[in-house]
Amino acid sequence: MNIEAKTVFEKVDVEVKVKKKKSAIQKRESLTGILFVSPMLIGVSVLTLLPILATFLLSFADWNFIVGFNSIKFVGLDNFKALFENEVFLKSVLNNLLFLLTVPLSMLFSLIIAIVIDKHVYAKSYFKVAFFMPYISSIVAIAVVWQVLFNPTEGPINQLLFSLGIDNPPTWIADPDFALISVMVIQIWASIGFSMIIYLAGLQSIPKELYEAADMDGARAWDKFKHIMLPVLSPTTFFLLITGIIGTFKVFDLIAVLTKGGPINSTTMLVWHLYESAFVNLKIGYASAIAVVLFFFVLIITLVQWVGQKKWVNY
Amino acid sequence: MEKKINLRKTIITIIAFIVSIAFLLPFIWMLSTSFKIEADVFKFPIEWIPKRWNGIENYKEVWLGKYPFALYYWNSIKITVITTLISVTVSAMAAYGFSKVNFPAGKFLFIIVLATFMVPQQSILVPQFILYRYLGLFDSHIGLILLGSFSVLGTFMLRQFFMGIHSDYIDAAKIDGAGHFRIFWSIALPIVRPAIATYGILRFIWTWNDYQNPLIFLRTDGLYTIQLAMQKFTSLNGEFYSLIMAAAVSSILPLIIVFIIGQKQVIEGIALGGVKG
Repeated sequence: MNIEAKTVFEKVDVEVKVKKKKSAIQKRESLTGILFVSPMLIGVSVLTLLPILATFLLSFADWNFIVGFNSIKFVGLDNFKALFENEVFLKSVLNNLLFLLTVPLSMLFSLIIAIVIDKHVYAKSYFKVAFFMPYISSIVAIAVVWQVLFNPTEGPINQLLFSLGIDNPPTWIADPDFALISVMVIQIWASIGFSMIIYLAGLQSIPKELYEAADMDGARAWDKFKHIMLPVLSPTTFFLLITGIIGTFKVFDLIAVLTKGGPINSTTMLVWHLYESAFVNLKIGYASAIAVVLFFFVLIITLVQWVGQKKWVNY
Repeated sequence: MEKKINLRKTIITIIAFIVSIAFLLPFIWMLSTSFKIEADVFKFPIEWIPKRWNGIENYKEVWLGKYPFALYYWNSIKITVITTLISVTVSAMAAYGFSKVNFPAGKFLFIIVLATFMVPQQSILVPQFILYRYLGLFDSHIGLILLGSFSVLGTFMLRQFFMGIHSDYIDAAKIDGAGHFRIFWSIALPIVRPAIATYGILRFIWTWNDYQNPLIFLRTDGLYTIQLAMQKFTSLNGEFYSLIMAAAVSSILPLIIVFIIGQKQVIEGIALGGVKG
């Protein structure tokens, strides 16, 4: 064997060893990786992935889970047919759509508040905390307080209206015509703090040079708002819009504590209807069909976000 | 010029203050009502500072009465603290695994985990309920804790921070013979401590305020959390608004304390992570 051949062989030998060593290292690395992520993976699989599959399956079934698995009966699309023939469900969807109005309104107010707090006031931290209070408080506590404030005869709000000479003020959450609006007012009040904090973060990220340049060009406040703030804040606005819309489809606590969907279904919402169907009336299949509809609503909005963030948003 | 601007700022501050009072008024009303005797609750004009003081009696009734808040407080504290600890640990581990351990399956697994983020929690309540009944986790604190322990949001938030750690640190530690667990524990975790604190505080607030999961997954009265107890208390005490308000004040007190301690963290966390979940 000549020397050249020998070195080639040795080289190959070393390479094989390195490869072996590398793959051993890679194996160890993979194992370690799996170990790190497995608690999360197991949790997500058992508590989210499996249930989402089950939701789809159950939405095609008629089943009372108290009786056991034997009684499960697959009924095709019957549950979905039942949904669209059920007035309460249709009312829930309509209410959810009306409730969407809270999103732009809350965003508008929080943008104004954020702009004011960012530049134009003393004691910024006081204002941050004050407007943020409803967000950190529990919805249950908030709902209970508003329930009393809205009390038709004795509540402070109507007492004030009486004293102002209004003899027949609305009975708020007790009045089918006013209940949804009352809930929406509370929702806006409660969600402003969250959007305000996000807008503040957005405002603080605007480079000072932009304003300085605008000042040099003699721009008025309105121009600065229109040509600097709004474009720079567009990702924030978009984010708040999307998360806000998704949030309105998940509203539950407020309804459950404040109105229980009443009076006469005037405040029923998708998730409340789902809850009542599943856990009060024990209609598992029907409730799962609502869950599927909810899933698709949220999925569509999320997809719009993925597509939209490239087109509409100014980074 | 300077003076003029200050005047303007002062006026705006005053206007903003008046608006902010509208936001705080329900809380002030709640606090003041919790110190009143029942007969004065609906007096008009509102007595913001109670003339007939009944605070101690109200809070005593709420905390130690027929429906003792002390017990529900304890339940809530237990559940919230344990959930927060587990959730932070699980999320931090996953975040490290997905960002700093180099394994081919990681990317794929991360996409799967991320995909579950958009599943609305209410869409899976029914199967979770059925699963829990079969596993024997229904109506138990352990079950409730597990539900809150696997937050994709936490993983995602912390991953952003772990990715910011320069890989030189990790390579250097590897050359010194440290394994990933060692690196995770003594290098990575200390660096991302502020992020951990932020997520921990947020998880604390969310878990404390959770109403939906306890409502569905707990049955036994003695296991109730503060939010469930609040509502039960309201339906039991119907017209005793002074007591209900004392209960409401009690239920948000820990949040205010946590918020005051971690104000910066909370606000940064909200601004950063955004989504409530």
